[in-house]
Amino acid sequence: MSEAKKYNAPVTNPETAPFWEAAKAGKFMIKRCTTCGEAHYFPRAICPFCFSDKTVWEESSGEATVYTYSLMRKSPTGPYAIAYVTLKEGPSLQTNIVDCDLETVKIGQKVKVVWKPTDGAPLPFFTPA
Amino acid sequence: MTIKGKAYIAGIYEHPTRHAPDKSTAQLHAEVAKGAIEDAGLTKDDIDGYFCAGDAPGGLWPMVDYLGLNTKKLRHIDSTETGGCSYLIHLGHAAEAIAAGKCSVALVTLAGKPRTGPMPPRASGAEADFESAYGATTHNAYGMCAMRHMHDYGTTSEQLAWIKVAASHHAQYNPHAMLKEVVTVEDVLNSPMISDPLHRMDCCVVTDGGGAMIVTTPEIAKSLKKPLVRLIGHGEAAKGPRGGKDLDLTYSAGVWSGPRAFEEAGVTPKDIKYASIYDSFTITVLMQLEDLGFCKKGEGGKFVADGNLISGVGKLPFNTDGGGLCSNHPVNRGGMTKILEAVRQLRGEAHPKVQVKNCDLAIAHGTGGLLGVRHAASTCILERA
Repeated sequence: MSEAKKYNAPVTNPETAPFWEAAKAGKFMIKRCTTCGEAHYFPRAICPFCFSDKTVWEESSGEATVYTYSLMRKSPTGPYAIAYVTLKEGPSLQTNIVDCDLETVKIGQKVKVVWKPTDGAPLPFFTPA
Repeated sequence: MTIKGKAYIAGIYEHPTRHAPDKSTAQLHAEVAKGAIEDAGLTKDDIDGYFCAGDAPGGLWPMVDYLGLNTKKLRHIDSTETGGCSYLIHLGHAAEAIAAGKCSVALVTLAGKPRTGPMPPRASGAEADFESAYGATTHNAYGMCAMRHMHDYGTTSEQLAWIKVAASHHAQYNPHAMLKEVVTVEDVLNSPMISDPLHRMDCCVVTDGGGAMIVTTPEIAKSLKKPLVRLIGHGEAAKGPRGGKDLDLTYSAGVWSGPRAFEEAGVTPKDIKYASIYDSFTITVLMQLEDLGFCKKGEGGKFVADGNLISGVGKLPFNTDGGGLCSNHPVNRGGMTKILEAVRQLRGEAHPKVQVKNCDLAIAHGTGGLLGVRHAASTCILERA
């Protein structure tokens, strides 16, 4: 089951290292552009909307809504639910819905971030709120 | 400048194999190249342009060497890699090169053996750390598109199943098709759920094999013996979550590549007599038909139902070779076979049971990558000259 699943540590790079450092402290970070005001995920140095380099780190509430999902019925590590969730702050991101009855996942469901350990920084997943 | 009418498809070849454990991938590339060159009535030494994508072992220059192309003559090379739609983009780029005088006889090849053994993993981009743990596969990435399409527009599994049913009606006449059995909507719905809401029969086949084509100038095409088929419009585009803003998985980059191709061709979807639409999954077809303008967004379910895609029955005959859903999906890439069946239809060489009457205008369209994650799309409008 998902608890037993092993995940590879993120490789990280200079552009995204602050995200993974914050993750170790349980903080889920997004980037926001101070020029156009838009938030984005995954984090970039340059805003993907207005191309300004004035982007800053911001802690997300970790609260989100399921945009869509698909329950993969079989895999070498068992069934899993891949999903896109939309953060309260705006950006949508790819994740898995975990630690719940996967048959109950549905579009519009409220979810919150939960961290899963690796040999490096933990990885963000989402679970019913 | 336009590529309209500047390039003709003079030779085509689809490898008859669907399982080739006894052959090398490079060998399959050579076999399809030979087939297309011979179909055109040309020789290898006529080739002065070569196009291949990520399925070519070692990339472009090892293939040029392996095939023994005449390097004194070869003057245009292009290894554009956009997954399954690479070959549709190659066709457009070959036309651009021919129109610019950069080459006069272009060879495009595709081949590989995913049924014999697993393909190497897709290279990842800057998103890797933020997505690779979540296990996106073709099945669940397209499943997520289908799930949201159903949520937003009321599309049903029964409607999706009609796409497979239509493909199976065509495949029964293709002696090389991997799956020749005609199936029903119930058969699709009763097949095992793979990744909700997609059943096994919503998924394409996995086959070894390949295909190739020769793209040339109007003058050379007219000097050869095959019926004349020319490219009159081409579009290409790409789409991804783009920072997660306004995510909408119910449409594809086809909403941009399609209109670009139609505008260049000077025709509209209602003029199209035959459609080759990439069918990695049933939902792929439904979304592309909407995105290309064959029906309004959200009305794809109604459009594909009740046999509307079956040749001789419905309004828009599609994938009359049986498509990727039933016949062939070489290297997990559907773009090449989409072009080949469109050319057969325009030549009047499709199986008599599925040949569209007076087929003078066709579309070949495909996507590459994962529709639910990041992908490219390409649209080609082809005309019988």
